[in-house]
Amino acid sequence: MAEKIATRDAYGNALAEFGEKYDFVVLDADLAAATKTGTFKKKFPERFFDCGIAEGNMMSVAAGLAATGVPVFASSFAMFAAGRAFEQIRNSIGYPHLNVKIGATHAGVTVGEDGATHQCLEDIALMRTIPKMTILNPADAVEARACVEAALNIDGPVYMRFGRLAVPVIFGDDYKFEVGRGVDLVKGNDVTIIATGFMVGPALDAAKLLANEGISARVINMATIKPIDKDIIIDAARSTGAIVAAEEHNVIGGLGSAVAEVVCESFPVPVVRVGTQDCYGRSGTPAALCEIYGLTPECIAAKAKLAISLKK
Amino acid sequence: MELEKLNQLKKTAAKIRLGIIESVHAAKSGHPGGSLSIADIITYLYFEEMNVDPKNPKWEDRDRFVLSKGHTAPALYATLAEKGFFPVDALKTLRKVDSFLQGHPDMKGTPGVDMSSGSLGLGFSSACGMALAAKIQGKDFRVYSIVGDGESEEGQIWEAAMFAAHYKLDNLCVVFDFNGLQIDGPVSEVMNPAPHDKKLEAFGFHVISIDGHDFEQIEAAFKEAREVKGKPCAIVATTVKGKGVSFMENQVNWHGAAPNDEQYEIAVAEISKSL
Repeated sequence: MAEKIATRDAYGNALAEFGEKYDFVVLDADLAAATKTGTFKKKFPERFFDCGIAEGNMMSVAAGLAATGVPVFASSFAMFAAGRAFEQIRNSIGYPHLNVKIGATHAGVTVGEDGATHQCLEDIALMRTIPKMTILNPADAVEARACVEAALNIDGPVYMRFGRLAVPVIFGDDYKFEVGRGVDLVKGNDVTIIATGFMVGPALDAAKLLANEGISARVINMATIKPIDKDIIIDAARSTGAIVAAEEHNVIGGLGSAVAEVVCESFPVPVVRVGTQDCYGRSGTPAALCEIYGLTPECIAAKAKLAISLKK
Repeated sequence: MELEKLNQLKKTAAKIRLGIIESVHAAKSGHPGGSLSIADIITYLYFEEMNVDPKNPKWEDRDRFVLSKGHTAPALYATLAEKGFFPVDALKTLRKVDSFLQGHPDMKGTPGVDMSSGSLGLGFSSACGMALAAKIQGKDFRVYSIVGDGESEEGQIWEAAMFAAHYKLDNLCVVFDFNGLQIDGPVSEVMNPAPHDKKLEAFGFHVISIDGHDFEQIEAAFKEAREVKGKPCAIVATTVKGKGVSFMENQVNWHGAAPNDEQYEIAVAEISKSL
């Protein structure tokens, strides 16, 4: 078994690491211990500002800092960053295109026992609607670190999505992350699984299950949800003729929607979406919840066969 | 205050009131009432208090201003134009599709606008961020913001107030424009946010209450605010919505309506008496 690290841990470590090389400050809303911005706080206490449990204010404060030339990361749980503070992100940060990096942790049902109120399944959809917002959803610790450095080099708002659950490390230290580029992880001809974030691991396992049945599945890691890599999606549609999109998010408005939009407009082929099916989460272990909501390799493999069956 | 200076400020405020009426009339929409209520305060800010350079609107060490009650953009635009950030003629393009003067302030499009605002409750927080940025950068510029009394019904205003006091933002001065009216009626009847002075004191502000149309009091308040150390300062300014145009004064229906041609002529004539 590969080493397991939560992407939120990688986020906190990256902030502390890049704090030496880059000039920025970090805001949090009383969740530093959970979002792991506390790792940065410990190293650079004078550059960390707790905003208390007031996420809307935090986002608008971040905008004021950025407008005055101070690059800033603002962190909370995805539910309270993208959800609670959506309008502040839209109007204070997005509209003036300010240099604010939003580090949103605890996304998806793998939050686990805290249950539905804390399991954000809408953040990608919400953030996608904000013009010129960059959205990054790393699959593992290596990619999470790379996303933080990439965000530091983007002049404008970035939404980064991290998870609470420890997940296997997929990429080697030589992994080169590029914003806006999907990455082929497995070659295949019959169907393409495009996965993001937490679902990349299950997607790789799904490809193995399909291979056992003689089905050749291509697997693409789509860490950048916006701007979406149209070229690789169209290439997947063209070369395999069927696509499954897999995300730990509502199937409405997330990666599956983004992929379907590109496919429908450019090279129509069947697209089947794996994700939560327009419902709320609930309390339970992450593993139990992934079973309930169909976020498993088995489910992805079944949907892949469905997509193949829909080919004309 | 010397009489000459007082007269000059009154004349400048009249020019800004004219700019408000002309721009809203030309746009056939906009918010004259709350623009006129802040006209004297914003005049003092840009012509006496703030350190800004119209030739270098992005000057890093300038004082910052955030119009949190962003719907009163006509007052800000008229002031920036009078100060020389852009030609006064541009005011006639307010709200037009090809204009750089949006219905609510747009920092990307309008020279001199330091922060996009208009969604109520957000601007004050951004002003706090700017004041914190000055502290982080070790700079001594000051940050000013004007919040509406109706706007102070937004919870985020009080989140920002907590933040400003917690981080001891003594380089921040926020003006609460208490004109007493909001869209649905008197602020005291719609959702009474008063008393602002006691609330802000309880939040940790140094509070100064003034008549927001008395330049002597406005000057004294901003001077006092500069001397306050270790806590942010709030000026609670009692004002008259629609101030300077008789038929607009204290009339809730002039919150967000443009004068017709006849009303425009009357308003211009009344304001021009102060020129």
